[in-house]
Amino acid sequence: MVAHAEHIPHRSGLAAFLSRWLLTTNHKEIGSLYLWFAFSMFFVGGALAMGIRLELFMPGIQLIEPAFYNQLVTMHGLIMVFGAVMPAFVGLANWQIPLMIGAPDMALPRLNNFSFWILPFAFGMLLSSFFMEGGAPNFGWTFYAPLSTTYGPDSTDFFIFGVHLMGISSVLGAINIMVTIFNLRTPGMKLMEMPLFVWTWLITAFLLITAIPVLAGAVTMVLTDRHFGTSFFSADGGGDPVMFQHIFWFFGHPEVYIMILPGFGIASQIIPTFARKKLFGYNSMVYATASIAILSYVVWGHHMFTTGMPLAGELFFMFCTMLIAVPTGVKVFNWVATMWRGSMTFETPMLFAIAFVILFTIGGFSGLMLAMVPADFQYHDTYFVVAHFHYVLYPGAIFGTMAAVYYWLPKWSGHMVDEWWGKLHFWTAIVFVNLTFFPMHFSGLAGMPRRIVDYSHQFQDFNLVSSFGAMGLGLTQVLFLFIVIKTIRGGEPATDKVWESAEGLEWTVPSPAPLHTFETPPPWPINETETHEGAA
Amino acid sequence: MRGLCTLLLLIVPQVVFAVDLDMRQGVTAMSQDIHWLHTVMLWVCIVIGVIVFGAMGYTIFAHRRSKHPEPANFHEHLGVEIVWTLIPVIILAVLAYPAAKMLIEIEDNSDAALTVLITGSQWKWHYQYLEHDIGFYSNMSTPREQINSCGGWFLTDTFCDLPDGDSEAGKAERDANEHYLLEVDNPLVLPSNRKVRFLTASNDVIHSWWVPDFAVKQDAIPGFINEAWTNVPETGTYRGQCTELCGKDHAFMPVVVEVRTEDEFDQWVEDQRIAKELASGQAVADREKTWTLAELVSIGEEVYLANCATCHQPNGAGQGSTYPALDGGEIAVGPMAAHIDRVMNGKAGTEMQAWAPQLSDRDIAAVITYERNAWSNQPDDNIVQPLTIFESR
Ligand code: HEC
Ligand code: HEM
Ligand SMILES: [Cu+2]
Ligand SMILES: [Cu+2]
Repeated sequence: MVAHAEHIPHRSGLAAFLSRWLLTTNHKEIGSLYLWFAFSMFFVGGALAMGIRLELFMPGIQLIEPAFYNQLVTMHGLIMVFGAVMPAFVGLANWQIPLMIGAPDMALPRLNNFSFWILPFAFGMLLSSFFMEGGAPNFGWTFYAPLSTTYGPDSTDFFIFGVHLMGISSVLGAINIMVTIFNLRTPGMKLMEMPLFVWTWLITAFLLITAIPVLAGAVTMVLTDRHFGTSFFSADGGGDPVMFQHIFWFFGHPEVYIMILPGFGIASQIIPTFARKKLFGYNSMVYATASIAILSYVVWGHHMFTTGMPLAGELFFMFCTMLIAVPTGVKVFNWVATMWRGSMTFETPMLFAIAFVILFTIGGFSGLMLAMVPADFQYHDTYFVVAHFHYVLYPGAIFGTMAAVYYWLPKWSGHMVDEWWGKLHFWTAIVFVNLTFFPMHFSGLAGMPRRIVDYSHQFQDFNLVSSFGAMGLGLTQVLFLFIVIKTIRGGEPATDKVWESAEGLEWTVPSPAPLHTFETPPPWPINETETHEGAA
Repeated sequence: MRGLCTLLLLIVPQVVFAVDLDMRQGVTAMSQDIHWLHTVMLWVCIVIGVIVFGAMGYTIFAHRRSKHPEPANFHEHLGVEIVWTLIPVIILAVLAYPAAKMLIEIEDNSDAALTVLITGSQWKWHYQYLEHDIGFYSNMSTPREQINSCGGWFLTDTFCDLPDGDSEAGKAERDANEHYLLEVDNPLVLPSNRKVRFLTASNDVIHSWWVPDFAVKQDAIPGFINEAWTNVPETGTYRGQCTELCGKDHAFMPVVVEVRTEDEFDQWVEDQRIAKELASGQAVADREKTWTLAELVSIGEEVYLANCATCHQPNGAGQGSTYPALDGGEIAVGPMAAHIDRVMNGKAGTEMQAWAPQLSDRDIAAVITYERNAWSNQPDDNIVQPLTIFESR
């Protein structure tokens, strides 16, 4: 996000620009690449969502034909999950983890370059399928067989290849993060002294390394079913379409935690800073994160209660899912306890972090309701579920990322964010997020299935409000883009520490952070009088 | 404060706009139990929410810097942490009990008085009454003109080429249609006060059969047979939809169930038996008759618009590479035998399904004849009689 003009060798012109960004192995530059990539995918996925919401504005088909609607929904889900949220978190990890643990760079810088540059190809390919004969993938981001196997459009193969590429990128990125955290901590920093953002990312990296190969297996089986005569998922050949769902969700549920754990980390960095008080219950935060991650491997069946699962299976998955609420609750209580009797100010990052806690908790509540199998028979595959996962994803993953950007952008760019604009963004986003997604609970409870292009009159009012909210929400993202660019280009200079009571190694280097930091490991614990020690 | 706001937010619109924000309570004992569970869960969440967000609201108010300049210094308290881990465990255990009990009851499919095999296929339901020799398809009956609002520049011409009626009139009809998208030609008819068992299956992709008022949602999966049951105390018409994405017209696969008294139901079964006999008599008559081209084409057009146009389009142009054009199509103007075969047996693994089990000899003959004479199609071999279809079965 920052141009470090003084560090670039004096070449000029397009070639120099390209080779700098194509060949860079610097964690900060790669972090910026990831973030900009995620941001642009967020706009693409958002544009698709606008298409969806425009069509759902009122009953009847006005804009989008049913076949194309399914493509929009599928691509919206895929792009948001794999193109926006995951790369954004990897971008934050790239920028921040070395700065937070006092490492000069990521442990495997070339690999880092490779894992980023795979992504534009993966998503270029996925997006190009819109222009193929037969259109883009249309089976939902969950690509259930046999809709994606026997009945899949030709572009399914592009989708499979794209998923493989992005999977390779994620796994390599995760390995890199893990190796960095284990090996490059500044001497003396124990694991249980690491900042929580680093901890949550370490656990996320384990989830990625174990979950993504399962996804790769699933798409490969889809591929061989389509082209090489196997019938893993086809009952005609002795296979089993339900097995697809087991495999997919064995990946899928850890995946949803991949999309939220780094957000937990971010909230745990920001709230203490602005409450001017140490994080409450550091140890229990770490243990809670780890238990969430472990439990996330034994709850996948809660997505499949209506597939005819045997009673014992339903009970098992119900109890395990309810159990996850416990460590999640612990985290929320800890955040509140951190704020308790602090001395709080409400700069934009803090506002987003607080909204994260509240709205994510609302998504957690609906998740708890969904865990009750009998009730899930009514909620499943309705807009209640759409409301649930948008409450955890939008205010969770997206607000988490935005909070992080507001929090660390001064460090990256050397300029403070203009609070007036930041607050404007915050309040508009809050209003429109709720306007968009809250009514979806009601349309779901009233009986509106998800993934439908048209609906009957009884769902009309809620959809009208949702669509209206969505248009506003779309606009607020343009505001965010404007604020980011404005801050990069200028503004009040940031101090090294940026926030009065921020703690951690990243605040000991100058703002903007120079291209190379911590070439010699900084002392640990931080010696307050000797800041700038590790800076280049 | 915050909790109060949430409550107000929940209640005020209910009162002011008379909008129903709650889960549908339904009519069966099961759906009402589930509604109860939902309500309990909701209140548990609201209470926890009020406490947590209340504490948060209080600290935001009381512990901001202007009021509370010196932050406290605590950051651990084992006792508190144990308490707030244990309390949720207890709450959850208490909630798990009724849920598990209810679930055991839901999964008890024994002792049904009537069994209906529900088979999904793109995009209609087939109902087979296993104890009676009754089986029929159930298609959405909302006409396309009500759905497709053309006039914008987004929708393609083929999509907007509506068989009859323009979309302005269609829009008015749509607004007046209380059961828009939730109406079918042949509803499932069930007796009240009898335990009915549903078996769900599929011919192609996964569908899911859902009637909210019964709280029955069961996936229909190719190669599997799933079970569910209901017992409806009140007569009436109940509506639901397919809830599993099943391709293009997933939104247009409604479920309509008519629940009648036991006597009326028995009468209906009898009527169906008679109707079936009549139909088979009619079928014999149909195939003994030699039909004229004009007769077949006019019946065929209706059959085509009702069954085929959603994919091949009213003007026969198809849609891209997904649905082949029949206007000038290889098979539609090619040898008759191949055409009959494709329509009767479909093509495995594609959305072109076998129509032999779904349509009568007359209708198949008619639609094929129609296709061979409609649009620009003019093959030499342009008519097929119901008898030929009968013989190819
Ligand atoms: C669900 C969508 C769908 C419906 C409804 C449908 N078809 Fe098809 N039809 C297809 C598809 C897809 C193909 C192409 C199959 C293939 O060859 O891959 C096809 C192929 C055909 C062909 C062969 C075309 C060619 O040149 O290859 C004929 C003839 C045909 N359909 C007739 C009918 C008739 C008659 C009906 C109504 C009774 C009908 N279809 C209903 C999807 C549909
Ligand atoms: C402007 C913001 C957004 C709007 C208006 C929006 C709207 C929607 C709607 C209406 C659907 C359901 C479509 C249907 O079932 O017919 C949907 C699905 C989905 N959305 Fe969003 N969304 C937004 C942002 C996001 C974000 C940020 C994420 C992820 C981080 C996301 C992830 C998904 C996923 C995974 C699905 C499921 C797709 C599927 O059913 O296969 N969305 N979105
Ligand atoms: Cu899950
Ligand atoms: Cu469906």
